[in-house]
Amino acid sequence: MADLAIRPQDIDAELNPPLVTGGLTYASITEKISAITESKTPRAWYIAIGVTGALTAVLGLMIAYLVFTGIGVWGNNSPVGWAWDITNFVFWIGIGHAGTLISAILFLFRQRWRTSINRAAEAMTLFAVACAGIFPLIHVGRPWRAYWLFPIPNTDLNMWQNFRSPLLWDVFAVSTYATVSALFWYVGLIPDLATLRDRARNKIRQWIFGILSLGWRGSAHHWKHYEMAYLILAGLSTPLVLSVHTIVSFDFAVSVIPGWHTTIFPPYFVAGAIFSGFAMVITLMVIARQTLHLEDLITMKHLENMCKVILATGSIVGYAYAVEFFTAFFSGNPYERFTFINRAVGPYAWAVWTMFTCNVFAPQLFWFKKIRTSIPAMFAISIVVNIGMWFERFVIIVTSLHRDYLPASWGYFRPTAIDVLTFAGSIGLFLTLFLLFARFLPIIAVSEVKSVLHAQESGH
Amino acid sequence: MNAIFPKSADRVFRFAVAGLVVTAGAAAGLYAYFSHPKVLDTGYTPVQPVAYSHKLHAGNLGMDCRYCHFTVEKSAFAAIPPTEVCMNCHVRVKPQSPQLQRVRDSYARGEPIPWVKVHRLPDYVYFNHQAHVSAGVSCVSCHGRVDQMIEVKQVEPLSMAWCLDCHRNPAPKLRPVELVTKLDWQPDRDPADIGREIMRTKQIHPPLTCSGCHR
Amino acid sequence: MRTGKTYWRSLDELARTPEFEQWLHREFPENASEWTGKASRRNLLKLMAASFGLAGLVACRRPVERILPAAKGVEEYVPGNPMYYATAFSLGAAAYGLHVEAHDGRPTKIEGNPQHPASRGAAGSFAQASILGLYDPDRAKWVRKDGRRSSWEEFEKFAAGRFAGQGAGLRFLSGEIGSPSLEAVKKHALQRFPQARWVEFEPVSQDEPMAGAQLAFGQPVRAHYHFEKADVILALDCDFLGLDAPTLSYTREFARRRKIGTPQDRMNRLYVAEANYSLTGAAADHRLRLRASEVAALLAELAAELKVFGETLRVLPAASGARRKWLAAVARDLAAHKGRCLVLAGPRQPAVVHAWVHLINQLLGNAGATVTYTAATWTPQTQALKELASEMAAGQVSTLVILGGNPVYNAPADLDFASHIKKVECVIRHGLEEDETAALAHWTLPEAHYLETWGDARAWDGTCSIQQPLVAPIYEGRSAAEVVALLSGYPHRRAYDIVRNFWSALSEPQWRKALHDGVTPTPPSAELKVTADARRIQGLPLPPPATGVEINFQPDAGVWDGRFANNGWLQEAPDPMTKLTWDNAALLSPATARSLGVNTGDMISIQREGRELKIPAMILPGHADNSITLPLGYGRTRCGRVGRGVGHNVYPLRTSGAMSIAAGGKVSKAPGRYKFSLTQDHHSMEGRPIVREATLEEYRKHPHFAHEPHQELFSLYPEHSYDKGNQWGMVVDLNACIGCNACLLACQAENNIPIVGKKEVARGREMHWIRLDRYFSGPEEDPEVVYQPMACQQCENAPCENVCPVAATAHSPEGLNEMAYNRCIGTRYCANNCPYKVRRFNFLEWHKDIDQLQRMQFNPDVTVRMRGVMEKCNYCVQRIQEAKIKAKAEGRRPIRDGEILTACQQTCPAEAIVFGNINDPNSKVSQLRKQDRNYAVLAELNVKPRTTYLAKVRNPNPELV
Repeated sequence: MADLAIRPQDIDAELNPPLVTGGLTYASITEKISAITESKTPRAWYIAIGVTGALTAVLGLMIAYLVFTGIGVWGNNSPVGWAWDITNFVFWIGIGHAGTLISAILFLFRQRWRTSINRAAEAMTLFAVACAGIFPLIHVGRPWRAYWLFPIPNTDLNMWQNFRSPLLWDVFAVSTYATVSALFWYVGLIPDLATLRDRARNKIRQWIFGILSLGWRGSAHHWKHYEMAYLILAGLSTPLVLSVHTIVSFDFAVSVIPGWHTTIFPPYFVAGAIFSGFAMVITLMVIARQTLHLEDLITMKHLENMCKVILATGSIVGYAYAVEFFTAFFSGNPYERFTFINRAVGPYAWAVWTMFTCNVFAPQLFWFKKIRTSIPAMFAISIVVNIGMWFERFVIIVTSLHRDYLPASWGYFRPTAIDVLTFAGSIGLFLTLFLLFARFLPIIAVSEVKSVLHAQESGH
Repeated sequence: MNAIFPKSADRVFRFAVAGLVVTAGAAAGLYAYFSHPKVLDTGYTPVQPVAYSHKLHAGNLGMDCRYCHFTVEKSAFAAIPPTEVCMNCHVRVKPQSPQLQRVRDSYARGEPIPWVKVHRLPDYVYFNHQAHVSAGVSCVSCHGRVDQMIEVKQVEPLSMAWCLDCHRNPAPKLRPVELVTKLDWQPDRDPADIGREIMRTKQIHPPLTCSGCHR
Repeated sequence: MRTGKTYWRSLDELARTPEFEQWLHREFPENASEWTGKASRRNLLKLMAASFGLAGLVACRRPVERILPAAKGVEEYVPGNPMYYATAFSLGAAAYGLHVEAHDGRPTKIEGNPQHPASRGAAGSFAQASILGLYDPDRAKWVRKDGRRSSWEEFEKFAAGRFAGQGAGLRFLSGEIGSPSLEAVKKHALQRFPQARWVEFEPVSQDEPMAGAQLAFGQPVRAHYHFEKADVILALDCDFLGLDAPTLSYTREFARRRKIGTPQDRMNRLYVAEANYSLTGAAADHRLRLRASEVAALLAELAAELKVFGETLRVLPAASGARRKWLAAVARDLAAHKGRCLVLAGPRQPAVVHAWVHLINQLLGNAGATVTYTAATWTPQTQALKELASEMAAGQVSTLVILGGNPVYNAPADLDFASHIKKVECVIRHGLEEDETAALAHWTLPEAHYLETWGDARAWDGTCSIQQPLVAPIYEGRSAAEVVALLSGYPHRRAYDIVRNFWSALSEPQWRKALHDGVTPTPPSAELKVTADARRIQGLPLPPPATGVEINFQPDAGVWDGRFANNGWLQEAPDPMTKLTWDNAALLSPATARSLGVNTGDMISIQREGRELKIPAMILPGHADNSITLPLGYGRTRCGRVGRGVGHNVYPLRTSGAMSIAAGGKVSKAPGRYKFSLTQDHHSMEGRPIVREATLEEYRKHPHFAHEPHQELFSLYPEHSYDKGNQWGMVVDLNACIGCNACLLACQAENNIPIVGKKEVARGREMHWIRLDRYFSGPEEDPEVVYQPMACQQCENAPCENVCPVAATAHSPEGLNEMAYNRCIGTRYCANNCPYKVRRFNFLEWHKDIDQLQRMQFNPDVTVRMRGVMEKCNYCVQRIQEAKIKAKAEGRRPIRDGEILTACQQTCPAEAIVFGNINDPNSKVSQLRKQDRNYAVLAELNVKPRTTYLAKVRNPNPELV
């Protein structure tokens, strides 16, 4: 009889597969993660950072050239005053959304599966925001005056910023977001830094991690404060996830330009941001998982969940596209209508259809479990989505600007080599930072994963 | 486990952080102070090619500013006088003085004297003497008591904020036009009252808009 | 579109060519190789020097600045206050009176002289831009002997020996002389050298009209048209609003007859028959596309319709249906307006045509009414030059003195001037440039710019002006009169003495008055009564329509005959019709292009009389079929850095036999593509109510046709009230605007607007604050054209102001949308959010590498913008402020209406632009805003533009609609 009995934990295992596999124990998890930062630096890492570092150098050169020569080195013109510069800005800001979402919102919703990916996702967020932050500063004609964007008291001019300008709202939104996510990330790191400190074999590591871990001793007292701080920060960043891209979308929604001036932008931008963010997380995690052999910690369940999120947000984005076209038609506004017809068949139709294919059609493949659970497939799709989301921003910005109200003022935008290299450089910077992170800091939140492990076992 | 840091580490750390904040704040404050036009620009007293004393001419001798700066009422610029103007008197007054050698040479050769500009505004600022003088703004408001300066020096910051102070509230700085060059003029009653009267009678509304000064 | 016309987008799209499809789906093209402009941007930055200005918005701390007052005071001169002088600018034989503004002794801005009959306060694009020539760093600066620097003393020594005898083998070659004093010196020279001869030659000459007058009246006469009196005008290949002098006064008179305040007002009606699409054609109520060589036939048909010779006329092959109908209507219209109509033919038309026109005008009773004649002396220029060339070929010319002009470049190709000139023992060249001709001269003498020497000039109507210098010659330049005086031992040597002596009849007060007014008391030429000989004219053989492809040579709106090639402003000013900058092109009709299998940008080869020319083609809708227009003046080989090698030289195809209209051209597609730089590449209005247009009849039926019903929007922000003090506004009458570039160039000169060069124009970075938007409507083959000057509209709810993060653009209480350059950090957000796209961004440092000389042109009242800042029209705020300060100084009086003129308004020959205080119900601008034609572009956006437009009304013949 007994052998016929079905044990509840089997069902449980069926319904939600374990988040940590391979029979890892507390000790072995710690060992596994910490080892990554302690073991001898692999050759592949040097090669990788060599490449990305070179790209970062290119970014530096391009910025220098830009500052010393002028915006003219880019393809921007009249009427297309913004092009790749702001496209890249919005693209990176979008990427920077998944991290906080995973850490904060999923944390508040008690989504346990977040634990193995939140650390890396948060790091990615920081690096993306760092890349994003560059563009608003260098896209101005006189970067040496960019500090005028900040409300610094100035008793010699008595000049204040124009608080009606969405661009100024951006300044606040982005800087707040950067600060909070940095804090959130660092607080999360503290216990693991302490672990590394304690495992450290040489003085230097001891000192560095010693200082970084701010004297963490893991006492109940510490944990109590820690949990509280973490909860508060999660609470703080949750609205930010929504606010940042909402405000970025105001840059366009508040204008009078057909194709920009639309109320759907805030939700549309946020969905798009999460969409692209998760895509980037998958891209990075898949690589990390394979190269660092984290199969037991970043399980198929994690990846599959993320694919589901992409499928959901991708569908929202597709819906938004459709609604945009519908409202343009339904508004009866000839300018709006023309803008969208022009998107579909105009000089930039190729970009628009790239966008549709990558963002709307590609993610739909995730309806199939086979694809959802196939590493190569999800990797490919995540890349495609990243491309698509870059094009979404390009389409919104450039196709709306190049043909607006007076046909006599219409033009066409062509990027220059500098445009391309600058964007490539920003990718380089992003990857460089991530590689450094993956090498020197615990890429997975050890303490949190342990909590999951604990939960799993208590399930017995 | 063995402690890496001594007990005191916590305190050191806290002090370090505090110190960092303080120094950063101090640095910012110092920069703000020393880069301010009040500090940076006022007091500028260049050496002039000819040791010309405004104190002597405008002060002791009581010459009117407009004797030399004769375009101040009809032009945006208060012209630096041609050497001719100096010579009007100095053919008779101190014709031999060695200090005036340069002036005499200039006049004889027809070569200008390279005076050094003291009150300098950026190229994108269009200040108009005619407009201010005809409204009743005295020389002293911007140039100070030149009649007491042996060497002319900049006494006001000439910063945008400084301009705006007066443009927002001109009354205290206004006086009857005929008195604009009376640098030592002391109003018998509250200058603001006089100013308000002048503003009423002349309908003076100083521009607060960009193009008032930037074109 | 109100008028229910169908608008198309661009030719390519209309024609759905595969190229367009491919363009639709093209990937990012590799950019660097996108534009094969001759000069790179960096070069151009250097080259454009001639119009760059004081850089430097950022001031570093305390550079020691010196003030250098004059040692001795200058009379009447108040440092900082501009001074104005009257002088005159001549183009060929037509002079225009000018007022030139000088700041601290340097000429900075040119305006028309209101007292001068030919300019009436307006200045055309050539006059406006001519000030650049004064500061052109590539001017001829020194006397040169065989290319080596020499001196006037050297030359005088040489001349004393050379110019001793009777002048055997001595020849003078000059442009057309419009200067009385120079004529006097010329007469003296010819007396001094009896055996010498003097040839006058202009590449764009009056030969044909004069010959026509000779045929009609037996003597050369100059015709003067009085458009104010003409109700019906038929212009045959005559661009009297554009290039056929004297355009300014004609434009003024014509425009006055187009301005209508109420539906009841009457306006004139203009018929145009032409090959190329000219400004006059754009202004026409009815335009007939016609090969230039068929105008004669058309005229004969018209004569038949008008029964000019009774029934006995040997009628030519009757016109085809449509053309017949057109002609019949025109004829009836003309006949119905005897004495109040006008027929004119352009100077490019052959003599016979002019003879017929004179006759027809006479029979229509126009002679003496709408057209008057004055006596003229004339020697056919092309013929004279031909003889000179043959003399040179025969070695009979020992000394050739070339005054101005550039014959080596622009003489008819068949004269082979360049090789014959080598046979001349001694060539002396006096000119502004070291050009193609100078290269072949033994002596080159620098000519003084008209702003730096004394002279005089006769206007089209005979009015004389004294050409008064504003500066002493910057280099060693001397006037032509001085040179001839020197060579011929004229009693007076200095320019001033020559002129003053010529006008010795004027007493000192009269002379001073003449200088002040800019016109001498001498009356214009007396009217001449002449009668055309009908019989003789009837007997004249009509030139047959051109065989093969007809080729039309005509002066270019930018560089004229090539003399302005080194003028950056004119090079960058878009051609009024094609919007082409930095180039010329072979203009042809869509049908012709199809038959040749070429598209815009394809190279074509034109062969004629064994000569070949390769030039890129450009499709111009409305151009006559089987005909090609070639603008002169490009492809200069020896010229300043700005103009060298720009465009294609078409003179090699132009022969003395066919100076204007050439027959028998063979045209074929040639290998290769060419990139044009256009400022507008989209030609349709997309059915949007941007330019609102109606016929006079429609207007009378619906006086409010211009008013678009649209839903009222409300601003989120509290609305400002603009009901106090001065509230500046502008009204542009689209009925008057003819689309010439005068306003654009005036604005460029007034506001220190930089030149960006061909490559940057191609990128869409031209800096002009005012655009002349040109839209086609109707069928591709034969569209109508409308113009719309588009500058900052000074919106009351300005979208640009809200979005600027640093408040660099803000609104003034007087309703100006102001731009504080020094606050701008260059986010370009304002430009993106401008529905009119009138903001201009300094993408690069356009003001690099310029020396003191070039800086001298700049208007000190306007900040010169550095790279990275936004700029735009501000209603010439510097002029507004100056006027306000002046008014305050003069006892705080209110500003009078018309006291402030914006640069564009002041120079507009059509008086299409009116600026003023809309708060004053009596101001001209308020009056116009009350008109029912008044409308605001994009009013539906609730941006409340301060610039409004008066809708266009055409006056078509009811018979033809």
